[in-house]
Amino acid sequence: MRSFSNVNPKDLKEATGVLRQKGQAAAIVGGGSDVLGMVKERLITPDVLVSLKSIRGLDRVTEKNGEVVIGGLITLDALSRDPLIRKNYNVLAEAAAHVGTPQIRNAGTLAGNVCQRPWCWYYRNGFPCYKNGGNTCFSITGENEFHAIFGGGPSFIVHPSDTAPALVALDAKFRIVGASGERTIAAAGFFKLPADNPARENVLANDEVLSEIHLRSAKAGVRSTYHKEMDRESWTHAVVSVAVVMEMDGQVCKSARVVLGGVAPIPWRVPKVEAMLAGKRITPELAAQAGAVAVQGARPLAKNQYKVPLTQAVVKQTLVTLGA
Amino acid sequence: MKKISRRRFVEGTSAGIVAVAAIPAAEAQQKAPVTAAQPGVPRTTIKVIVNGVERRMEVEDRWTLVELLRDHLNLTGTKIGCDRGECGACTVLVDGTPLYSCSQLAVWMNGRSIQTVEGLAKNGKLDPLQEAFIQHDAPQCGYCTSGQLMIAKALLVKNARPTHDEVRTAMTGNLCRCSNYNHYVEAVMAASGTAPSTGGGNAA
Repeated sequence: MRSFSNVNPKDLKEATGVLRQKGQAAAIVGGGSDVLGMVKERLITPDVLVSLKSIRGLDRVTEKNGEVVIGGLITLDALSRDPLIRKNYNVLAEAAAHVGTPQIRNAGTLAGNVCQRPWCWYYRNGFPCYKNGGNTCFSITGENEFHAIFGGGPSFIVHPSDTAPALVALDAKFRIVGASGERTIAAAGFFKLPADNPARENVLANDEVLSEIHLRSAKAGVRSTYHKEMDRESWTHAVVSVAVVMEMDGQVCKSARVVLGGVAPIPWRVPKVEAMLAGKRITPELAAQAGAVAVQGARPLAKNQYKVPLTQAVVKQTLVTLGA
Repeated sequence: MKKISRRRFVEGTSAGIVAVAAIPAAEAQQKAPVTAAQPGVPRTTIKVIVNGVERRMEVEDRWTLVELLRDHLNLTGTKIGCDRGECGACTVLVDGTPLYSCSQLAVWMNGRSIQTVEGLAKNGKLDPLQEAFIQHDAPQCGYCTSGQLMIAKALLVKNARPTHDEVRTAMTGNLCRCSNYNHYVEAVMAASGTAPSTGGGNAA
């Protein structure tokens, strides 16, 4: 590997200070799985790795002021096993349990999973695309079977995270700490379409760290699930996934949030589906209609048209299972 | 003859001499030459426990854990397959947790305890898991085997009597290009219940 120095900051202030001082020469690393791969492939060439592992207290789930606070450095394995998360935020536990492999979940962090770069094969193989600082997207006329059917243009990557759709479905808040202060924003506002900035996937500035995830305290009657379809049974990203959170009153769905993964450059909310579920019993007929509505407006490329009926089926089946 | 490792055999024959009896793993580790870090490259001194042996050494910040083990501690049982966290051949236990050693920096291991495949056998006696691997012809080409052993070891320490499905799920992060998965699962099932409940070794 190209040479760099590793810095172990003791807190976020020190970490963000180094990030500001070093600018583009610094890279943040959590679990390391993705960042080290990118250094080896020379997709990034940092002089300094700012390893957040050394910061204490950011790897746990706590309850504070009626909220549940999850440290960004919690491993995906710990998150998927956490009793409170499994009990009240099942969609997040299931999403975390579906990332990569046991070894990746033992190392990978929640914040790292949310912030990981796309896995488009053109980007990862160093093509001079938007994500690599260029001004084209090779997937448009190239091999695009895993690319976006919603929200694409000028880049057609799909957001690779399993936990991100779950967090948007849970209406989580993200605490972001930078060198000159901090801010808390809604999960849905964290992710950015390529139309806003084709080189990036989120709002983080160079000196900012996603430090905590805040979840509102659980209400009675809320149930949730994450369903992930892959082109093999494990160890890959979603071809299509869906995160659903429903507040039930007996057999009736009071409100729902439905967010798709693997089909758009950001976690893709489908508000029309959410609206049609509110106040209804989730019958197989309603679920089928919801599946059809979920894919309205899809604009598939030449080789990813299969994602349209697949998304439709995944939405329908997940609603039937969760609403039953 | 059993004690001659593949590496020693290759080294011995390529040098045109008959391979000598291998030094037992623990002893080899004590005597292993420690290659120094390069000058002019960012370096850090770390303290690690490797297979129960505490070491204080200077590492280059860019060394991965598997590079530290193979190139600088002469523990070549751990293999580098893809070097990208996509195959599992480099799986080792860090404080008992299975990780891809290609995707961890050596410098992050400061204060941690690492167990490699060399740490499985105790006092010249193979771990029951290793015995089961032999009995069930689990290794074919053998390249992924040390990683398979380590992930299986981690499973059996946590869950001494796993089901078939639990074994398969636990081992999803370890590819076998000979596709000998059924034999691996059989071997782990056979070993389950026979493994010491503490996990042996230093899987602290």
